[in-house]
Amino acid sequence: MTIEAVFDAGTAATRATDAILRDTLHGTARGVVVDSPPGAGKSTLVVRAALELADAGRPLMVVAQTNAQVDDLVLRLAEKNPELPVGRLHSSDTDAYDKTLDGLPNVRKSAKAGDLAGLPVVISTAAKWAHVKTDEPWRHAIVDEAYQMRSDGLLAVAGLFERALFVGDPGQLDPFAIVGSEQWAGLSYDPSASAVSTLLAHNPDLPQHRLPVSWRLPASAAPLVSDAFYPYTPFRSGTGPGDRALSFGVPSDGSGPDRVIDEAAESGWGLLELPARHTPRTDPEAVRAVASVVRRLLDRGGAATSERSPAPTPLTADRVAVGTAHRDQAAAVRAALAELGVTEVTVDTANRLQGREYDVTVILHPLSGRPDATAFHLETGRLCVLASRHRHACIVVCRAGVTDLLDAYPSTEPVQLGTAVKFPDGWEANHAVLAHLAEHRVGWRP
Amino acid sequence: MSLIATLARLEAVSTGRARPTATVRHRHLSERPLVFVPLTTAGEAGAPLGALVGSDRDAPRLLVVAQPRDRDLRFAFLAELADIVLPYIDSYADAVEAAERSETDPETGKRVKVEVELCSDAPQLIVPSRAGVEYVRLLGRSMRFRRTAEQDPQTPYPAPPRVPLLGRWLTHFGERSRVPGSSLLLALTEVLGRHWATGQSSLEDQHLGALLAWIAPPGGDGGAEAALRAELARDDKGQLLCPPAGPATDPAFDNKLLAPAIERYDRARTALAAAEDGLQADDRLGELTAAERAIHELVLSRTLPTWEKVWQGLDLLRELPEGAHVEERWTRDRWSFTGHRDRVVAGEPPQPRRDDAVTAANKLATREREQGRLDAQEALDDPLVMAGRRLAGEAFAGEVVDVVMTYSEGKRPSPRPLVTVRTDDRTHLGERARVFRSLGGKPQAAEFVRRADPDGAGGEDGPEDESLLVLRIVDKMGRGKEPEEGSVPEKGDRVCFTLFEHEQRGGAKLPDPEDTPWTHGGPPGEPVPETADSVTEEDTL
Repeated sequence: MTIEAVFDAGTAATRATDAILRDTLHGTARGVVVDSPPGAGKSTLVVRAALELADAGRPLMVVAQTNAQVDDLVLRLAEKNPELPVGRLHSSDTDAYDKTLDGLPNVRKSAKAGDLAGLPVVISTAAKWAHVKTDEPWRHAIVDEAYQMRSDGLLAVAGLFERALFVGDPGQLDPFAIVGSEQWAGLSYDPSASAVSTLLAHNPDLPQHRLPVSWRLPASAAPLVSDAFYPYTPFRSGTGPGDRALSFGVPSDGSGPDRVIDEAAESGWGLLELPARHTPRTDPEAVRAVASVVRRLLDRGGAATSERSPAPTPLTADRVAVGTAHRDQAAAVRAALAELGVTEVTVDTANRLQGREYDVTVILHPLSGRPDATAFHLETGRLCVLASRHRHACIVVCRAGVTDLLDAYPSTEPVQLGTAVKFPDGWEANHAVLAHLAEHRVGWRP
Repeated sequence: MSLIATLARLEAVSTGRARPTATVRHRHLSERPLVFVPLTTAGEAGAPLGALVGSDRDAPRLLVVAQPRDRDLRFAFLAELADIVLPYIDSYADAVEAAERSETDPETGKRVKVEVELCSDAPQLIVPSRAGVEYVRLLGRSMRFRRTAEQDPQTPYPAPPRVPLLGRWLTHFGERSRVPGSSLLLALTEVLGRHWATGQSSLEDQHLGALLAWIAPPGGDGGAEAALRAELARDDKGQLLCPPAGPATDPAFDNKLLAPAIERYDRARTALAAAEDGLQADDRLGELTAAERAIHELVLSRTLPTWEKVWQGLDLLRELPEGAHVEERWTRDRWSFTGHRDRVVAGEPPQPRRDDAVTAANKLATREREQGRLDAQEALDDPLVMAGRRLAGEAFAGEVVDVVMTYSEGKRPSPRPLVTVRTDDRTHLGERARVFRSLGGKPQAAEFVRRADPDGAGGEDGPEDESLLVLRIVDKMGRGKEPEEGSVPEKGDRVCFTLFEHEQRGGAKLPDPEDTPWTHGGPPGEPVPETADSVTEEDTL
C-alpha cells in the first residue's frame, strides 16, 4: 500500500487539486494535463481554476466541446461567483444557448467575440472558437473534455492562447472521424487523434496530473471501473461501502426485473440475462426488458440515501437513465417506455451520456444479441461511459453468450506503426466487466 | 449496412439477381475514360508485371515487363505507361473556361474574387477494383521521387524522363480518390456496388467477375451460380476461366504458366549474352523474342477478360441517367485537376512524403464535409436512396393535409405558416427539431411543432403507422408579409422533409502551416525540397 492510500479520499483529492492549481497559476510549462476518471470532480476543478485565474487578473478563455457543456460551466461559474462577469460566445443559430443564462445579470452573451473583449472569462465551444480571430492571444485557456477533442480541433484554436490547462477523461470515448484517416495514423499530429495525444507527442515534458478519487461512483463500482478501464492509473471512490444505500418501498413480485433491481440495490450491480439469441440491433425482447426494469424502478418507491443528505431522497424519473450503443436502440427504448407511460427518463447513446450523472442507470449491453464483435462495439470507452454514470447502481440487460462471442472475435484491428497502443483493449475490458457481472446475474425468460 | 441495403441483399438472394439500390447514376462517367488494368508480381511490392491501358475499348495497349525484377525493364514499362497516360492527361489541360475564385489579397488581407482558368473537362481513370486504386497510389509513390538523368546527372540508375511526372499525377489521382464522391479515379467494383446490391457479401463484391455475374448473369443462370463459376471455374489446365481483376494474379497462373515462361525468358537472355558470333546471336535473339512474346500472350490472356468486363460494367452504369448533383461534384474534380495542373506548370516540387499538420487537418476536414454533402445529395437526387433514409428515420414524406397561416411576433411580422403533414414514415423528431425540404434546389427549413391530434382522420381508429406532424416553415418565403408564391406547400401537395441538412457549412480556417501552434510542434520551418528516394539494395537486385 502506497503512502497516498493511507490518507483519506478528501485529503488525496485536495492535494491533487492544489498541485494542479500551483502548476497552472505559477508553473512555467505552457500546458498542464489533468486526467480525470469518471465523476472525479473535473467540472469542479475547471470552475475553481477559472475563478482563481480570474482573481489573479489573467484573461481566460474556456474551450468546451458541446453547447450543453458550455452552458453548464457558465451556470456553475455564476453559482460560485455571481459577481464575476462572464462572456458566453455562441453561434448565430436559433436556440444557440440555454435560456436560463438570460437570468444571470453578469453573463454577457454574443455571437461576436469582439463584443466580449475585456471580460475576465469567455466561454465557448471549440467549433465556435475556431472562427475567432485575434491579434492578441489570451494569456490563459482551459480546455475541457480534451480527450474528446480532436487534434485538428485543437490546431484550429491553439493560436488563440499562450498557455492552457487541459482536462479530460482518457477512459471515455475517443473522438472519431466519419471518413477514413489511416493515411495519417502514426503521425504525431494525426488530425483524427485526440488533442491530448498530439499535445503530449510534441510536448512530452508537460506536467501531468491525475484526480485520484471518484465522488460519483459508489464503493461497489469504483474498483471494477478502475481495474477494467484504468488498470495503470487506479482511482478509488470517495465514499465507503456503507455510505450509500438504495431501498424500495414495494417488495419484489418475484419477476426478473424485480429480482435484478433487488440485486443491484444490494450490490451496486445487476445483470438481467436473457436467453442467448442473435437479434436485430433493436432486439424487441431486450428493449422491452429494459423498459420494464425502468418501469418497476419507478413503481417500487425507490429511495436513495447518500452522503449528500441524511434523509433518503426519492428515486424519481430524472435520476434514472438508460444507455445504449446506437441511436436506433435509444429510440426503440424511448418508444417502449412511452408505451409503459414513462416519459421523463433520459434515454441516450454512450456518446451523449458522457459527463452526465444519475442515481441508477439501466444499460443495454453493446454486444447483446450480436453475431459479431466489431471495433465499434468493442470500444473500451463505450462500455466505460455506460458503466460509470451511476451514483448507486447499474443494471445491465444482455443476451447470454457474450463471453463466447468475445472469444470467437479477438481484436483484429491492424496495428499501425507509431500509434500508441491503448490499454486495456475492448476485449480485455469487456471480459473483466462480464466476469464481475456474472456474480450478480439474474436469468430471465421474458 | 443500412436496413434498406440489407433488404435489397435479401431480395437479391431470393431472386438470384442483383437489386438496384439507386435509380440514377451517382458518379460522373467521362465520355472518354482511361481504363487501366494493371497486374503485379507476387512477392515484391510495386513490381508491375504488365497492364492493359487505353481509352479506346477496341484498341487497348498492352504493356509487359518480361522479367519484373529487372529494374531497367520496369523503368521502360513505366516510361511507356507515361507515354500513354500523360498525353491523355494533357489533352484535358488546354481546354479551359474562365471562372472566379475567392482568394485572400496578400496586401489588404480581404477576400477578393480573382479571374482564373478552370479546365472545362478533366481526365478520368478507371481501374477494376479497390486494390487497383491502391496500386495506382503505390506506383505514384514509387515514381514521384525518382530523379531523371536531366535533373541529377550524378545519381546512378536515373529514371527515364517523364516517369517522375507520371508519379506525381498518379499520386494526385490516388489522393483525390479518397475524397467521397470524387470521380477522377474510380474503382469499378465500388461504383457498381453503389448502384446494385448482390446476394453476396461486400467482400465478395470486390471480385469484378462475381459482381457482374449477379448484376447481369450470362444466359438464364441465377446470380449465385454464375458468381460461383466466375470465382472458381477452371479449365483443364487448372487455370481460372475468369482471371481475378488484379493487380494480384492467381497463384496457379503464377506457378504453372508465368514462372516457367519467365525462366525460359531468363535462359534465353543469358544465352544471348553468351553468344559467340553474330549468327549464334541471331538464333538466340529469335528465341528471346519468342520467349518474350509468350509472356506477352500470358499477360494479355489475364488482362483482356478484365478489360472487357470493365467496359461491360461501364455500359451498365451508362444506362442509368446521371444524378442531378453529379455535375456539381465533377466540377470540384475539375478544380482539383486544374489545381494540380497549375502546380506542375509552376514547377512546384512533388507532393511531400508526409502531410504536415495543417495539410492533414485540412484534408480531413474537406473529406468529412464532402462525405456529408455526398450523403445529402445522393438522397435528394434519388428517391430510392431517400427511401433508405426514410426507413432509417432520417427523413419523412407525406401529404400536406392542412396549412394555417401564422406570423412571427416582433416589429415586422414574417410569415410562419403551420403545415400539417400526414406521413407513414416513422421519424424520431425531438422538440423544435429542424427539418429541411428542397425548394427549387435550395433547402427550406421548418421546425417540428407537435404531433397533431387528428379529428376523425387517423387517431386511435386510424391506421397504426400513420401520423400527423405539424411543422412551422421558417425561411425562404421572401421578405414581404405574405409568403412568395410557391414558397409554402399547399393542401394536397406531396412533400419530403429530411432531418439532415442539405448543404454543408464551411469549416473554420486553419492557421497557415508557418503558423502551426506549439501544441502541434510549431512551424515546420523553411520547406526543404524533398530528396529523391535513396538507392537501396532492392533497387539493384
